[in-house]
Amino acid sequence: MSASFNARSGLAALVVTGLLLLPLYTSLSGNVFALTLFTRIVIFALAATSLNLIMGYGGMMSFGHAAYLGIGGYAVGILAQEGIGSGFVQWPVALAASALFALVIGALSLRTRGVYFIMITLAFAQMAYYVASGLARYGGDDGLTIYKRSDFAGLINLSNRVSFYYLCLACLLAGIYLVWRIVNSRFGLVVQGLRSNEARMQAIGFPVNRYRLVCFVISGTMCGLAGALLANNTDFVSPSIMYWTRSGDLMVMVVLGGMGSLFGPVLGAIVYLLLEEFLSQITEYWALIMGPLLLLIVLFGRGGIMGVLGRARRG
Amino acid sequence: MAEPLLCVDNLVRRFGGITATDNLSLEVLPGELHAIIGPNGAGKTTLISQLTGQVHPNSGTIRFAGRDITRLPAYRRCALGLARSFQITSLLPDFTAADNVALAAQAHDGHSFRFWGNARKEKHLREAARAALARVGLEGRADTVVSQLSHGEQRELELAVALATKPQLLLLDEPMAGLGITESARMVALLQELRREVTIVLVEHDMDAVFALADRITVLVYGRVIASDIPASIRQNEEVRRAYLGDQQAVTRHG
Repeated sequence: MSASFNARSGLAALVVTGLLLLPLYTSLSGNVFALTLFTRIVIFALAATSLNLIMGYGGMMSFGHAAYLGIGGYAVGILAQEGIGSGFVQWPVALAASALFALVIGALSLRTRGVYFIMITLAFAQMAYYVASGLARYGGDDGLTIYKRSDFAGLINLSNRVSFYYLCLACLLAGIYLVWRIVNSRFGLVVQGLRSNEARMQAIGFPVNRYRLVCFVISGTMCGLAGALLANNTDFVSPSIMYWTRSGDLMVMVVLGGMGSLFGPVLGAIVYLLLEEFLSQITEYWALIMGPLLLLIVLFGRGGIMGVLGRARRG
Repeated sequence: MAEPLLCVDNLVRRFGGITATDNLSLEVLPGELHAIIGPNGAGKTTLISQLTGQVHPNSGTIRFAGRDITRLPAYRRCALGLARSFQITSLLPDFTAADNVALAAQAHDGHSFRFWGNARKEKHLREAARAALARVGLEGRADTVVSQLSHGEQRELELAVALATKPQLLLLDEPMAGLGITESARMVALLQELRREVTIVLVEHDMDAVFALADRITVLVYGRVIASDIPASIRQNEEVRRAYLGDQQAVTRHG
């Protein structure tokens, strides 16, 4: 057990070190593309980490998680369009809007379980997608260009690639730390107990849906932050960011890396987006290679990359 | 006579055309061990589930410790001191034995909207878990994952979990189910000890255990109480004998 645990934490440490040193490499080699690619990877890793909280630890298979990417992104985009450029306004609004959305759809969706929950979260995300498509004032289907990145009054300049990368990485590491604290807290044990056996948790006296809902809201808020980062990264936000295939991508990242493991989603995001990047350079039909690859991992590597490194669970 | 701790009055629950609980009335006195027996399909588990709130009755009332709990959700009843064990073992299979019990203690230690501190390092929760595990003889298995425990150990853990909620009334749904002879004997001995501390409603098929343990026995057939008395009288009861000998015609015609 300790050997596999070491393999997992060793890999996690390696990945974090690599991510921290990446700008050094890009500035020495002049490979700017790597920085751009990894900024995107880090942002998606944050989104996948937030999904892992409800999916891996809470057993809530949300198939609409990309909605928060869109809500966070549109909060930034719409405010920028209306002349409010301050990040001190944009980002709290992005978080609050995501939290509110999660609260409403969570309160409705969490009445259902299993496949119905997957379907209802998907339906809500698609609704958000069509609402965004209908926002004619904010670009509708074509999306909205953000001419100026969030302004943090000289505190940090988001237009500087390296600063922005480190901001994203800091958000990711803070997100992982938060999930780690939550998972081991009283609240986290209740949520994981619910994944394990809901009837039992009810019988020992927990009002189960309240805990689920709060977990759902925390996860959605965290993903809304990823959305705000993503909009700043691409200087653009469009409805496609909320499309159901995006939610699917996030799920695949979590499953690929290892559901219910702390660093699994980070590895999943790295592997998935790197594969996507390189396979799509080789062939237009990259999904034909990606599909069977994912199938193999699900069939033979249950527990994802982290699972392959050892069955041992933390705690 | 003391005020009953649990008072069930004219309870009715139908599933489609089947009346699983048929105008059932029942009283459980504080401190007694009250056994409920009856043939398969008599509605014993349905009754327990209504008492704990997993199933809601169509009509009738349930009073517990002087309070009407008929419409109270399961978790609120649990907070009042009503605990159950399940007929089919229902634990958290991927948690350790200690975690299972500590969570039960945590459920009764204020709300659990605490997001920061490490719950596994909270001394009083771990202490409560150790104590409850020791109570059922599982102290040596505290750090074992539940799915690795034997069936008998899981049955004992069910009991430890129920005890950790500090119940006034313990509803045990066939605690002996699937146990071997020696394991059953251990469970009976354990219940002999527990009955001194807590009021128990025991649903059980093992008649030797029931007659050894019970202060009073209620017999259910087709969701209806056909007798409720001390063990000696139940043994003599003509109707009960007929029910258990399989001549259920006589019973259904009755009343």
